[in-house]
Amino acid sequence: MMAAIVNLNQPAHTVHWHFFTMTVSNVVVIVLMLVVFVLAVLVPFPGSGRKGRPR
Amino acid sequence: MAALPPEKLLPDAQPSYMASWIYVFGVLSLVSLVLIIASGSILTLKGPGWWHFTSVGHFFNSIHLWSVELFFFFLVIHLWGKYWMAAWRGGRARVWMTGAVAFIVAVPCALTGYVSQQNFDAQWISTQAKDGLNAAGVGAFFNVTNFGQMYSYHVLLLPLAVVALVAAHILLVRKHGIVPPFELAPRASAAGLETEGRPVAREDHGSGNGARHGSGTESHPVAESGSPRPGRTT
Amino acid sequence: MSRASRRRDDERYRQWTGTYRPYDILREATIALGVVLALVIGLTILFSSPDDPPSTIKQWSHTDPVDFVTTATTELDGSSGTGGYGPPYNHNGDGQHIAFVYPAKWLGVSHPIDTARDFVLAPLQSITTQPALRTALSTYQAAPAKTQAAWTTAYEAALGKASATPSGSISVAAGHYGPLPTMMASLLTLAQGGGLDGALLTGRQFYQTDYTKPLLFMADGSVLANRAQAQHLLGTQWGMMNETGSYPGQSWLWLYTFWYQIKPFSTSANADVLVMGVMGVLSLAFILIPFLPGVRDLPRRIPIYKLIWREHYRTQQAVGPPV
Repeated sequence: MMAAIVNLNQPAHTVHWHFFTMTVSNVVVIVLMLVVFVLAVLVPFPGSGRKGRPR
Repeated sequence: MAALPPEKLLPDAQPSYMASWIYVFGVLSLVSLVLIIASGSILTLKGPGWWHFTSVGHFFNSIHLWSVELFFFFLVIHLWGKYWMAAWRGGRARVWMTGAVAFIVAVPCALTGYVSQQNFDAQWISTQAKDGLNAAGVGAFFNVTNFGQMYSYHVLLLPLAVVALVAAHILLVRKHGIVPPFELAPRASAAGLETEGRPVAREDHGSGNGARHGSGTESHPVAESGSPRPGRTT
Repeated sequence: MSRASRRRDDERYRQWTGTYRPYDILREATIALGVVLALVIGLTILFSSPDDPPSTIKQWSHTDPVDFVTTATTELDGSSGTGGYGPPYNHNGDGQHIAFVYPAKWLGVSHPIDTARDFVLAPLQSITTQPALRTALSTYQAAPAKTQAAWTTAYEAALGKASATPSGSISVAAGHYGPLPTMMASLLTLAQGGGLDGALLTGRQFYQTDYTKPLLFMADGSVLANRAQAQHLLGTQWGMMNETGSYPGQSWLWLYTFWYQIKPFSTSANADVLVMGVMGVLSLAFILIPFLPGVRDLPRRIPIYKLIWREHYRTQQAVGPPV
C-alpha cells in the first residue's frame, strides 16, 4: 500500500468548548472555510481597475 | 431552450461588477463535482472491493474522498457569498432554490457513499444512521445496512439527481444572468429621498433597453439602439 | 419592504444594463479544474484516505466471547436493541413519534427480523451433527415462555460476572439456565469458526448484498461501539461529523448532530424523529429563503455586499449610476 506522507490514521485530537466537542481536523476545515470566505471578499480581484472596455 | 442561445450558454463577456474572488466558488464547486464523478467512475470500473487491496485503487479512493471534501468546502463558501448578495433578487428565486435542493440532495448522496465503503466506518455509520431514518419512516424503504441498495443509490440514482439539479441551477443562472449589485443612492443625490443602502426608486427603468457596454469614453455607458447585441445580454 | 416596493425591486434587478468586460468562460473553467485537480492530488499524496477494516462476528466472538454470548442471549429473549426495536424490523415496539405522528409504525415492518429465530435458533438448527445440541434446542423450544424467560434472565445475570477462558470459551457460575449453556457454547463455536457471519448473510437466495442481520447483531453488542468510542464516533462525541483516525469527516452534518447534544433532544426517547423533524423544517426554510421575511432582508441590513461590490460602487461614484 502507498503510504501517505502524513499519517492521519491515529486517534483524533479533540477540541472542547463548553458542550462543543469537535475533532481538530473538522475545526481546521470549518475555520478554513471562514478564513477563505473572508479572504474571497476582501482580497482585491485582478483587473478590477478596468472599466469594461473591450479587449 | 429559445431563452438560451449559444451566446447566453457560453457568454464572452461578464458584467463589470463581477470583480471579487467570491465569484469563483460556483465554478470551483462544479469542477469538484466533475472530479467526484470522474474518480467515482474509475472506482466503479473494478468494483466496490478493489480499492481495499491495491495501491492504485486506494489512490483513486483518496481522490474521490478529497474531491468530496473540497466540493462541500467550496459549495458552502459559494452559498455564503450568494446569501450575502441576496442572489435571489430580480426573479432569481428558482436559481437559489435549485442550488439549495442540490446541496440537500448531495448530503444523502455522500451518506450512501460512506455506507458503501465496506469497512468499519461503513459499519458504524450505517448502524447509527439507521435509527434516524427508521424513526422518520424512511427506513421502511431506504435501508442503509443493505449494501446492494446503498451502492445502487450512490453510483446511479443520487448522482443523477445531483447532476440534474446542478444542471438546472446552471441553466437558470445562464438564463437570468448574475444578480446585479444592490443599488446605492449617490452620495450627493438630488433625489436624496432614500438612505444609502436602500435601493433608489427608478420608475423609468426599462427592461427593453439594450445592454450597454463601455467603449470609447467612460463618462456614461453608451445607449444601444435596436435589439441587444448578441453575446452582450444577460 | 412593501409588496409594491418589492415588485419594483424585482424588476430593477432583473437585468443588468451597465458595462461588461470580455470574459472567457471556458478558460475560467479550465483553470478551476486545474486548481482543484492539483489540490485533490496534493491532498491525496499528503494524507491518503482511511480504511479501517470491518469488524466480523468471528473476530468479536474471539476477542470478547462474554459480550458475544450476552448479546446472543438477549437476542434469544428479545431484550436486545433489535429485539425491542419495533418497525421496520418487528412489532415489538411502536417506534418513535412526534405527538400523534408515528412514521415508523405507519410505514410498517418492511424488513422482518425475529431475533430469536434469525440470530440464534436458525443458525443452531443448521448444525446437524451434535446430538446434545439438538436435544438442547428441542428442550428450549418445547418449554413454556415463562420457563424460557427464567433461564435467559438467570443466564444474563450470571454473564454479567462471567469471564473468558484462555481457550476462547466462557466461564459462568453454576445456576439454573436450562439448555442455554449448551446452545450458547455451540453458537460461540460456530461464530469463532466464521460460520455465523455467513449464516446471518444468507437468506432467500444464493446471492446476497444485504448485511442488515449481521450488522444489527454486532450493533446490539459492544464490538462496534467500543471501536467507535476510541475513534470519537459516538453520538455524545459529536461523532456524526467525524471520520476514523484524524481525517476530516462530514463537517456539513454539524447542525444535524448539534441538536442531539441539547435538551430536549438529548434526553428524549424520540430524539431521532424530533431531530429529523427539526432538520426537515430548517431544510425547507433554507430552500425558501427568498420568500422568508427577515431572513431574506438580512443581506441588506448587514452590508457585506458593500465589500463584495466595492469596486463597482467606486466606479459608479466616478461615472454615476447606470441610466
